[in-house]
Amino acid sequence: MYVAVKGGERAIENAHRLLAHKRRGDQSVAEISLDQISEQLGLAVDRVMSEGSLYDRELASLAIKQARGDLIEAIFLVRAFRATLPRFGASEPVDTGTMRVQRRVSATFKDIPGGQILGPTFDYTHRLLDPSLAQGFVPERPAAAEASTAPTPRVTDILGRDGLIESSPEAEDGASVGDLTREPLNFPADRDLRLQNLARGDEGFLLAMGYSTQRGYGRNHPFVGEIRFGEVEVDFVAEDVGFAVPLGAIELTECQMVNQFKGSATEAPCFTRGYGLAFGQSERKTMSMALVDRALRARELGEEVLAPAQDEEFVMSHSDNVQATGFVEHLKLPHYVDFQSELGLLRKLRQEFSKASAETNTPDAMKEAAE
Amino acid sequence: MAVLAHAEAGEIAARLRNLSLPDHQDLRTPENGLVMLRGRVGGDGAPFNLGEATVSRAAVRLASGEVGFGYTLGRDGEKARLIALCDALVQSRDFGGAVEREIIAPLREQLMVRRKQAAAAAAATKVDFYTMVRGEG
Repeated sequence: MYVAVKGGERAIENAHRLLAHKRRGDQSVAEISLDQISEQLGLAVDRVMSEGSLYDRELASLAIKQARGDLIEAIFLVRAFRATLPRFGASEPVDTGTMRVQRRVSATFKDIPGGQILGPTFDYTHRLLDPSLAQGFVPERPAAAEASTAPTPRVTDILGRDGLIESSPEAEDGASVGDLTREPLNFPADRDLRLQNLARGDEGFLLAMGYSTQRGYGRNHPFVGEIRFGEVEVDFVAEDVGFAVPLGAIELTECQMVNQFKGSATEAPCFTRGYGLAFGQSERKTMSMALVDRALRARELGEEVLAPAQDEEFVMSHSDNVQATGFVEHLKLPHYVDFQSELGLLRKLRQEFSKASAETNTPDAMKEAAE
Repeated sequence: MAVLAHAEAGEIAARLRNLSLPDHQDLRTPENGLVMLRGRVGGDGAPFNLGEATVSRAAVRLASGEVGFGYTLGRDGEKARLIALCDALVQSRDFGGAVEREIIAPLREQLMVRRKQAAAAAAATKVDFYTMVRGEG
Protein backbone atom coordinates (compact mmCIF):
# COMPACT_ATOMS: atom_id res chain seq x y z
CA MET A 1 0.00 0.00 0.00
CA TYR A 2 1.31 3.48 -0.86
CA VAL A 3 1.21 5.89 2.08
CA ALA A 4 1.21 9.59 1.24
CA VAL A 5 3.64 11.60 3.43
CA LYS A 6 2.90 15.08 2.18
CA GLY A 7 1.33 17.67 4.41
CA GLY A 8 3.96 18.66 6.97
CA GLU A 9 5.02 21.93 5.37
CA ARG A 10 3.36 24.29 7.79
CA ALA A 11 4.38 22.21 10.79
CA ILE A 12 8.00 22.24 9.58
CA GLU A 13 7.97 25.97 8.97
CA ASN A 14 6.56 26.67 12.41
CA ALA A 15 8.98 24.20 14.03
CA HIS A 16 11.93 26.12 12.52
CA ARG A 17 10.40 29.39 13.70
CA LEU A 18 10.13 27.93 17.19
CA LEU A 19 13.73 26.70 16.96
CA ALA A 20 14.92 30.22 16.10
CA HIS A 21 13.01 31.53 19.11
CA LYS A 22 14.46 28.88 21.44
CA ARG A 23 17.94 29.50 20.07
CA ARG A 24 17.74 33.14 21.06
CA GLY A 25 16.49 32.17 24.51
CA ASP A 26 15.23 34.79 26.96
CA GLN A 27 15.47 38.06 25.06
CA SER A 28 16.07 40.05 28.21
CA VAL A 29 19.49 38.29 28.26
CA ALA A 30 22.14 39.85 25.98
CA GLU A 31 22.68 38.11 22.66
CA ILE A 32 26.00 36.28 22.32
CA SER A 33 28.33 37.63 19.60
CA LEU A 34 30.58 35.65 17.28
CA ASP A 35 33.58 37.41 18.82
CA GLN A 36 32.48 36.27 22.25
CA ILE A 37 32.23 32.68 21.04
CA SER A 38 35.58 32.86 19.24
CA GLU A 39 37.37 34.50 22.18
CA GLN A 40 35.71 32.84 25.16
CA LEU A 41 34.70 29.41 23.83
CA GLY A 42 37.89 29.04 21.81
CA LEU A 43 38.34 25.32 22.30
CA ALA A 44 34.82 24.62 21.03
CA VAL A 45 35.71 26.69 17.96
CA ASP A 46 38.94 24.69 17.54
CA ARG A 47 37.00 21.43 17.66
CA VAL A 48 34.44 22.60 15.10
CA MET A 49 37.25 23.73 12.78
CA SER A 50 39.11 20.40 13.16
CA GLU A 51 36.17 18.09 12.66
CA GLY A 52 34.41 20.42 10.24
CA SER A 53 37.74 20.22 8.41
CA LEU A 54 37.70 23.95 7.68
CA TYR A 55 40.01 26.51 9.26
CA ASP A 56 37.90 29.65 9.73
CA ARG A 57 37.26 30.84 13.28
CA GLU A 58 34.43 33.18 12.34
CA LEU A 59 32.49 30.53 10.41
CA ALA A 60 32.99 27.97 13.18
CA SER A 61 31.71 30.53 15.73
CA LEU A 62 28.66 31.23 13.59
CA ALA A 63 28.03 27.49 13.26
CA ILE A 64 28.21 27.05 17.05
CA LYS A 65 25.74 29.91 17.54
CA GLN A 66 23.37 28.59 14.89
CA ALA A 67 23.58 25.06 16.31
CA ARG A 68 22.78 26.29 19.84
CA GLY A 69 26.10 24.89 21.02
CA ASP A 70 25.52 21.40 19.55
CA LEU A 71 29.04 20.88 18.23
CA ILE A 72 28.25 17.97 15.93
CA GLU A 73 25.43 20.00 14.35
CA ALA A 74 27.92 22.90 14.02
CA ILE A 75 30.46 20.60 12.37
CA PHE A 76 27.73 19.49 9.96
CA LEU A 77 26.98 23.15 9.07
CA VAL A 78 30.67 23.86 8.43
CA ARG A 79 31.04 20.78 6.22
CA ALA A 80 27.99 21.84 4.21
CA PHE A 81 29.40 25.36 3.80
CA ARG A 82 32.78 24.15 2.53
CA ALA A 83 31.00 22.34 -0.28
CA THR A 84 29.86 25.71 -1.65
CA LEU A 85 33.35 27.12 -2.27
CA PRO A 86 35.79 26.37 -5.12
CA ARG A 87 39.17 24.94 -4.19
CA PHE A 88 42.17 27.01 -5.27
CA GLY A 89 44.64 24.19 -4.58
CA ALA A 90 46.70 22.68 -1.78
CA SER A 91 49.18 24.43 0.51
CA GLU A 92 52.82 23.56 0.88
CA PRO A 93 53.07 21.10 3.80
CA VAL A 94 53.36 23.14 7.02
CA ASP A 95 56.58 22.84 9.00
CA THR A 96 55.73 22.15 12.63
CA GLY A 97 59.45 22.30 13.48
CA THR A 98 59.34 26.08 13.00
CA MET A 99 56.16 26.51 15.04
CA ARG A 100 56.00 29.59 17.29
CA VAL A 101 55.48 27.42 20.31
CA GLN A 102 52.92 28.48 22.94
CA ARG A 103 53.03 25.13 24.67
CA ARG A 104 55.39 22.23 24.35
CA VAL A 105 55.81 19.32 26.72
CA SER A 106 57.53 15.97 26.59
CA ALA A 107 56.76 13.05 28.89
CA THR A 108 59.87 11.18 27.77
CA PHE A 109 62.70 13.68 28.22
CA LYS A 110 62.95 16.19 31.02
CA ASP A 111 65.68 18.33 29.48
CA ILE A 112 64.66 18.94 25.88
CA PRO A 113 66.36 21.73 23.92
CA GLY A 114 64.04 24.73 24.13
CA GLY A 115 62.57 23.46 27.40
CA GLN A 116 59.22 22.30 28.67
CA ILE A 117 56.73 25.11 28.14
CA LEU A 118 53.40 24.57 29.84
CA GLY A 119 51.50 27.37 28.09
CA PRO A 120 47.76 27.79 28.63
CA THR A 121 46.75 24.39 30.02
CA PHE A 122 44.13 22.73 32.23
CA ASP A 123 46.87 20.34 33.41
CA TYR A 124 47.61 20.66 37.14
CA THR A 125 44.39 22.57 37.81
CA HIS A 126 42.30 21.07 40.59
CA ARG A 127 39.11 20.79 38.57
CA LEU A 128 37.17 22.68 41.20
CA LEU A 129 34.38 24.91 39.92
CA ASP A 130 35.37 28.54 40.32
CA PRO A 131 32.46 30.74 41.45
CA SER A 132 34.50 33.90 40.79
CA LEU A 133 34.15 33.20 37.06
CA ALA A 134 30.38 33.48 37.26
CA GLN A 135 30.48 37.22 36.66
CA GLY A 136 32.85 40.12 36.20
CA PHE A 137 36.09 38.17 36.48
CA VAL A 138 39.12 40.13 35.29
CA PRO A 139 42.20 37.93 34.89
CA GLU A 140 45.67 39.04 35.89
CA ARG A 141 48.02 39.97 33.09
CA PRO A 142 50.06 36.95 32.06
CA ALA A 143 53.53 36.75 33.57
CA ALA A 144 56.34 37.52 31.13
CA ALA A 145 59.87 36.20 30.93
CA GLU A 146 62.76 36.57 28.55
CA ALA A 147 61.99 34.25 25.64
CA SER A 148 64.84 32.10 24.42
CA THR A 149 65.73 32.36 20.76
CA ALA A 150 67.00 28.77 20.76
CA PRO A 151 65.19 26.50 18.32
CA THR A 152 62.67 23.98 19.64
CA PRO A 153 63.40 20.87 17.59
CA ARG A 154 60.87 18.06 17.58
CA VAL A 155 61.74 15.45 20.22
CA THR A 156 61.41 12.73 17.59
CA ASP A 157 64.13 14.48 15.56
CA ILE A 158 66.47 14.24 18.57
CA LEU A 159 65.74 10.52 19.04
CA GLY A 160 66.08 10.05 15.31
CA ARG A 161 69.67 11.27 15.28
CA ASP A 162 70.76 8.20 17.25
CA GLY A 163 68.59 5.90 15.18
CA LEU A 164 66.58 5.03 18.30
CA ILE A 165 63.32 5.77 16.55
CA GLU A 166 62.09 4.93 13.08
CA SER A 167 62.21 7.82 10.63
CA SER A 168 59.04 9.25 9.13
CA PRO A 169 58.00 7.71 5.82
CA GLU A 170 59.30 9.73 2.85
CA ALA A 171 57.00 10.68 0.02
CA GLU A 172 57.39 8.45 -3.00
CA ASP A 173 58.46 10.33 -6.10
CA GLY A 174 55.48 11.64 -8.01
CA ALA A 175 53.02 10.08 -5.59
CA SER A 176 49.83 12.12 -5.26
CA VAL A 177 48.45 12.90 -1.82
CA GLY A 178 45.25 10.94 -1.14
CA ASP A 179 42.16 13.05 -0.54
CA LEU A 180 39.05 11.42 0.84
CA THR A 181 36.96 14.48 0.02
CA ARG A 182 37.59 13.78 -3.65
CA GLU A 183 37.79 9.99 -4.03
CA PRO A 184 35.71 7.33 -2.28
CA LEU A 185 37.50 5.43 0.46
CA ASN A 186 39.01 2.08 -0.46
CA PHE A 187 40.70 -0.46 1.78
CA PRO A 188 43.48 -1.04 2.54
CA ALA A 189 44.06 2.72 2.86
CA ASP A 190 47.47 4.37 2.93
CA ARG A 191 48.72 6.39 5.88
CA ASP A 192 48.03 9.77 4.25
CA LEU A 193 44.34 8.90 3.89
CA ARG A 194 44.22 7.40 7.36
CA LEU A 195 45.66 10.57 8.89
CA GLN A 196 43.24 12.76 6.94
CA ASN A 197 40.37 10.61 8.16
CA LEU A 198 41.57 10.76 11.78
CA ALA A 199 42.24 14.51 11.62
CA ARG A 200 38.56 15.15 10.84
CA GLY A 201 37.33 12.24 12.96
CA ASP A 202 35.15 12.61 16.04
CA GLU A 203 37.16 13.38 19.14
CA GLY A 204 34.98 11.18 21.35
CA PHE A 205 35.27 8.23 19.00
CA LEU A 206 39.05 8.58 18.71
CA LEU A 207 39.37 9.03 22.46
CA ALA A 208 37.51 5.77 23.06
CA MET A 209 39.53 3.96 20.39
CA GLY A 210 42.83 5.31 21.76
CA TYR A 211 41.77 4.43 25.30
CA SER A 212 40.94 0.89 24.19
CA THR A 213 44.54 0.41 22.98
CA GLN A 214 45.81 1.44 26.42
CA ARG A 215 43.48 -1.08 28.07
CA GLY A 216 44.91 -3.92 26.03
CA TYR A 217 42.85 -3.97 22.83
CA GLY A 218 45.78 -3.49 20.48
CA ARG A 219 48.49 -2.76 22.98
CA ASN A 220 51.21 -0.46 21.66
CA HIS A 221 52.77 0.90 24.84
CA PRO A 222 52.76 4.65 24.20
CA PHE A 223 54.75 7.55 25.61
CA VAL A 224 54.11 11.17 24.72
CA GLY A 225 57.33 12.07 22.95
CA GLU A 226 56.02 15.57 22.54
CA ILE A 227 52.93 17.72 22.35
CA ARG A 228 53.29 21.18 20.87
CA PHE A 229 50.78 23.92 20.22
CA GLY A 230 51.37 27.22 18.46
CA GLU A 231 51.32 29.09 15.17
CA VAL A 232 52.76 27.92 11.88
CA GLU A 233 52.99 29.82 8.62
CA VAL A 234 51.08 28.62 5.58
CA ASP A 235 52.47 29.02 2.06
CA PHE A 236 50.58 28.35 -1.13
CA VAL A 237 51.94 28.03 -4.65
CA ALA A 238 49.38 30.04 -6.57
CA GLU A 239 49.16 29.17 -10.24
CA ASP A 240 48.61 32.75 -11.37
CA VAL A 241 51.54 34.04 -9.32
CA GLY A 242 53.91 31.22 -10.18
CA PHE A 243 55.60 30.96 -6.79
CA ALA A 244 54.71 30.37 -3.14
CA VAL A 245 52.72 33.18 -1.53
CA PRO A 246 52.23 33.50 2.25
CA LEU A 247 48.61 33.05 3.34
CA GLY A 248 49.14 33.89 7.00
CA ALA A 249 49.40 31.70 10.09
CA ILE A 250 47.23 28.99 11.62
CA GLU A 251 47.25 27.45 15.08
CA LEU A 252 47.97 23.75 15.26
CA THR A 253 48.48 21.08 17.88
CA GLU A 254 50.87 18.24 17.15
CA CYS A 255 51.39 15.04 19.14
CA GLN A 256 54.30 12.69 18.62
CA MET A 257 53.63 9.37 20.31
CA VAL A 258 56.64 7.09 20.88
CA ASN A 259 55.77 3.42 21.00
CA GLN A 260 57.42 0.10 21.64
CA PHE A 261 59.93 -1.43 19.37
CA LYS A 262 60.11 -3.07 16.05
CA GLY A 263 63.15 -4.78 14.61
CA SER A 264 64.17 -7.69 12.45
CA ALA A 265 67.14 -9.83 11.54
CA THR A 266 68.36 -7.00 9.29
CA GLU A 267 67.19 -3.96 11.23
CA ALA A 268 68.20 -2.98 14.76
CA PRO A 269 65.24 -2.56 17.09
CA CYS A 270 63.91 0.99 17.42
CA PHE A 271 60.90 2.84 18.78
CA THR A 272 57.90 3.17 16.49
CA ARG A 273 55.71 6.26 16.11
CA GLY A 274 52.14 7.45 16.03
CA TYR A 275 51.25 10.93 14.85
CA GLY A 276 48.50 13.40 15.60
CA LEU A 277 47.86 16.86 14.10
CA ALA A 278 44.80 19.08 14.38
CA PHE A 279 43.65 22.69 14.03
CA GLY A 280 43.75 24.90 17.11
CA GLN A 281 44.54 23.72 20.61
CA SER A 282 43.24 20.17 20.43
CA GLU A 283 45.37 18.11 22.74
CA ARG A 284 43.02 15.27 23.64
CA LYS A 285 42.20 14.94 19.95
CA THR A 286 45.79 14.77 18.74
CA MET A 287 46.83 12.36 21.51
CA SER A 288 43.95 10.03 20.65
CA MET A 289 44.72 10.41 16.95
CA ALA A 290 48.37 9.46 17.52
CA LEU A 291 47.37 6.36 19.52
CA VAL A 292 44.95 5.24 16.82
CA ASP A 293 47.41 6.08 14.01
CA ARG A 294 49.95 3.78 15.67
CA ALA A 295 47.37 1.03 16.21
CA LEU A 296 46.34 1.23 12.54
CA ARG A 297 49.94 0.55 11.53
CA ALA A 298 49.62 -3.03 12.80
CA ARG A 299 49.50 -4.52 9.31
CA GLU A 300 52.54 -2.51 8.15
CA LEU A 301 54.54 -3.51 11.26
CA GLY A 302 53.63 -7.18 11.04
CA GLU A 303 51.48 -7.19 14.17
CA GLU A 304 48.41 -9.37 14.53
CA VAL A 305 45.22 -7.40 13.86
CA LEU A 306 42.96 -8.41 16.72
CA ALA A 307 41.47 -5.25 18.23
CA PRO A 308 38.95 -2.75 16.81
CA ALA A 309 41.50 0.11 16.94
CA GLN A 310 43.81 -1.88 14.62
CA ASP A 311 41.08 -2.48 12.04
CA GLU A 312 41.29 0.38 9.55
CA GLU A 313 37.98 -0.40 7.91
CA PHE A 314 36.24 -0.34 11.28
CA VAL A 315 37.96 2.84 12.47
CA MET A 316 37.83 4.83 9.25
CA SER A 317 34.23 3.89 8.47
CA HIS A 318 32.97 5.00 11.87
CA SER A 319 35.16 7.97 12.82
CA ASP A 320 33.25 10.64 10.93
CA ASN A 321 30.57 12.13 13.17
CA VAL A 322 28.71 13.81 10.30
CA GLN A 323 28.29 10.49 8.52
CA ALA A 324 27.52 8.72 11.78
CA THR A 325 24.95 11.23 12.97
CA GLY A 326 23.36 11.29 9.51
CA PHE A 327 22.75 7.56 9.57
CA VAL A 328 21.74 7.34 13.22
CA GLU A 329 19.50 10.40 13.14
CA HIS A 330 17.79 9.54 9.88
CA LEU A 331 15.98 6.86 11.86
CA LYS A 332 13.70 9.55 13.29
CA LEU A 333 12.50 10.67 9.86
CA PRO A 334 9.28 9.13 8.52
CA HIS A 335 9.72 5.44 7.75
CA TYR A 336 5.99 4.81 7.41
CA VAL A 337 6.21 2.75 4.23
CA ASP A 338 9.10 0.58 5.48
CA PHE A 339 7.32 0.11 8.75
CA GLN A 340 4.02 -0.82 7.05
CA SER A 341 5.75 -3.64 5.20
CA GLU A 342 7.42 -4.85 8.42
CA LEU A 343 4.07 -4.71 10.16
CA GLY A 344 2.46 -6.72 7.36
CA LEU A 345 5.17 -9.34 7.59
CA LEU A 346 4.93 -9.55 11.37
CA ARG A 347 1.13 -10.01 11.21
CA LYS A 348 1.58 -12.83 8.70
CA LEU A 349 4.22 -14.53 10.90
CA ARG A 350 1.98 -14.25 13.94
CA GLN A 351 -0.95 -15.76 11.99
CA GLU A 352 1.22 -18.68 10.94
CA PHE A 353 2.44 -19.07 14.51
CA SER A 354 -1.07 -19.23 15.96
CA LYS A 355 -2.17 -21.60 13.22
CA ALA A 356 0.77 -23.92 14.00
CA SER A 357 0.08 -23.67 17.74
CA ALA A 358 -3.59 -24.46 17.26
CA GLU A 359 -2.68 -27.67 15.54
CA THR A 360 -0.35 -28.90 18.32
CA ASN A 361 -1.50 -27.33 21.60
CA THR A 362 -4.26 -27.73 24.16
CA PRO A 363 -7.20 -25.29 24.07
CA ASP A 364 -5.70 -23.33 27.03
CA ALA A 365 -2.35 -22.79 25.39
CA MET A 366 -4.11 -21.87 22.17
CA LYS A 367 -5.89 -19.07 23.99
CA GLU A 368 -2.58 -17.69 25.24
CA ALA A 369 -0.97 -17.76 21.82
CA ALA A 370 -3.89 -15.83 20.34
CA GLU A 371 -3.37 -13.11 22.92
CA MET B 1 54.39 40.40 1.90
CA ALA B 2 53.83 37.86 4.69
CA VAL B 3 53.42 40.83 7.02
CA LEU B 4 50.31 41.96 5.14
CA ALA B 5 48.66 38.56 5.41
CA HIS B 6 48.99 38.88 9.20
CA ALA B 7 47.47 42.39 9.31
CA GLU B 8 43.82 43.42 9.37
CA ALA B 9 42.27 44.97 6.24
CA GLY B 10 41.54 48.16 8.21
CA GLU B 11 45.18 48.56 9.26
CA ILE B 12 46.41 48.24 5.67
CA ALA B 13 43.70 50.56 4.35
CA ALA B 14 44.44 53.23 6.97
CA ARG B 15 48.13 53.28 6.03
CA LEU B 16 47.41 53.24 2.30
CA ARG B 17 45.37 56.42 2.74
CA ASN B 18 48.60 58.24 3.59
CA LEU B 19 49.89 57.65 0.05
CA SER B 20 48.58 59.34 -3.06
CA LEU B 21 47.86 56.22 -5.04
CA PRO B 22 48.31 55.87 -8.81
CA ASP B 23 45.39 54.76 -10.97
CA HIS B 24 44.76 51.06 -10.77
CA GLN B 25 42.10 48.53 -11.63
CA ASP B 26 40.99 45.11 -10.45
CA LEU B 27 42.45 42.40 -12.63
CA ARG B 28 40.63 39.81 -10.57
CA THR B 29 37.83 40.99 -8.33
CA PRO B 30 38.12 39.46 -4.86
CA GLU B 31 37.06 35.83 -4.78
CA ASN B 32 36.68 33.43 -1.84
CA GLY B 33 37.65 29.79 -2.00
CA LEU B 34 39.45 27.00 -0.22
CA VAL B 35 43.01 25.81 0.09
CA MET B 36 43.66 22.29 1.34
CA LEU B 37 46.18 22.58 4.19
CA ARG B 38 48.81 19.88 4.29
CA GLY B 39 50.87 18.43 7.10
CA ARG B 40 53.58 15.81 7.05
CA VAL B 41 53.48 12.33 8.58
CA GLY B 42 55.49 12.56 11.81
CA GLY B 43 56.04 16.29 11.14
CA ASP B 44 58.80 15.68 8.59
CA GLY B 45 57.62 12.82 6.37
CA ALA B 46 55.31 12.38 3.39
CA PRO B 47 52.55 15.00 3.06
CA PHE B 48 48.92 14.36 3.95
CA ASN B 49 45.76 16.47 3.72
CA LEU B 50 44.91 17.91 7.12
CA GLY B 51 41.82 19.95 6.26
CA GLU B 52 40.87 23.04 4.29
CA ALA B 53 41.00 26.74 5.08
CA THR B 54 39.04 29.61 3.61
CA VAL B 55 41.19 31.86 1.44
CA SER B 56 40.43 35.09 -0.35
CA ARG B 57 42.32 36.23 -3.45
CA ALA B 58 42.45 39.20 -5.79
CA ALA B 59 44.70 40.75 -8.44
CA VAL B 60 45.25 44.43 -9.19
CA ARG B 61 46.98 46.21 -12.12
CA LEU B 62 48.46 49.67 -11.88
CA ALA B 63 48.00 52.07 -14.79
CA SER B 64 51.78 51.78 -15.24
CA GLY B 65 51.38 48.03 -15.84
CA GLU B 66 52.57 46.38 -12.61
CA VAL B 67 50.40 43.44 -11.59
CA GLY B 68 50.01 42.48 -7.95
CA PHE B 69 48.45 39.40 -6.40
CA GLY B 70 46.80 39.18 -3.01
CA TYR B 71 46.15 35.96 -1.12
CA THR B 72 45.09 35.67 2.50
CA LEU B 73 43.50 33.21 4.90
CA GLY B 74 39.87 34.04 5.64
CA ARG B 75 37.05 35.52 3.59
CA ASP B 76 37.94 39.20 3.63
CA GLY B 77 37.98 40.04 -0.08
CA GLU B 78 38.85 43.67 0.60
CA LYS B 79 41.98 42.56 2.46
CA ALA B 80 43.00 40.38 -0.51
CA ARG B 81 42.49 43.37 -2.80
CA LEU B 82 44.58 45.65 -0.57
CA ILE B 83 47.39 43.07 -0.44
CA ALA B 84 47.27 42.80 -4.25
CA LEU B 85 47.45 46.58 -4.52
CA CYS B 86 50.47 46.70 -2.18
CA ASP B 87 52.08 43.86 -4.13
CA ALA B 88 51.68 45.87 -7.34
CA LEU B 89 52.94 49.05 -5.69
CA VAL B 90 56.13 47.48 -4.28
CA GLN B 91 57.08 46.53 -7.81
CA SER B 92 56.75 50.10 -9.01
CA ARG B 93 59.83 52.29 -8.95
CA ASP B 94 57.79 55.29 -7.79
CA PHE B 95 55.96 53.60 -4.92
CA GLY B 96 58.09 50.62 -3.85
CA GLY B 97 60.04 52.54 -1.21
CA ALA B 98 57.00 54.32 0.19
CA VAL B 99 55.00 51.09 0.55
CA GLU B 100 57.87 49.42 2.38
CA ARG B 101 58.39 52.47 4.61
CA GLU B 102 54.79 53.58 5.27
CA ILE B 103 52.92 50.28 5.25
CA ILE B 104 55.00 47.14 5.53
CA ALA B 105 57.67 48.29 8.01
CA PRO B 106 55.24 49.63 10.67
CA LEU B 107 52.95 46.61 10.31
CA ARG B 108 55.98 44.33 10.65
CA GLU B 109 56.95 46.13 13.82
CA GLN B 110 53.42 45.70 15.22
CA LEU B 111 53.48 42.01 14.35
CA MET B 112 56.86 41.54 16.03
CA VAL B 113 55.60 43.24 19.22
CA ARG B 114 52.58 40.89 19.30
CA ARG B 115 54.81 37.86 18.72
CA LYS B 116 57.28 38.97 21.35
CA GLN B 117 54.51 39.37 23.91
CA ALA B 118 53.18 35.90 23.12
CA ALA B 119 56.68 34.42 23.34
CA ALA B 120 57.33 36.17 26.68
CA ALA B 121 54.06 34.87 28.12
CA ALA B 122 54.92 31.34 26.99
CA ALA B 123 58.48 31.64 28.33
CA ALA B 124 57.11 32.48 31.79
CA THR B 125 55.50 29.01 31.83
CA LYS B 126 58.78 27.20 31.16
CA VAL B 127 59.54 24.57 33.78
CA ASP B 128 62.69 24.87 35.89
CA PHE B 129 63.38 21.42 37.20
CA TYR B 130 65.23 20.90 40.42
CA THR B 131 66.13 17.65 42.11
CA MET B 132 64.98 16.82 45.58
CA VAL B 133 67.78 15.14 47.51
CA ARG B 134 66.48 12.52 49.85
CA GLY B 135 67.89 12.83 53.38
CA GLU B 136 69.76 10.02 55.09
CA GLY B 137 67.25 10.12 57.96
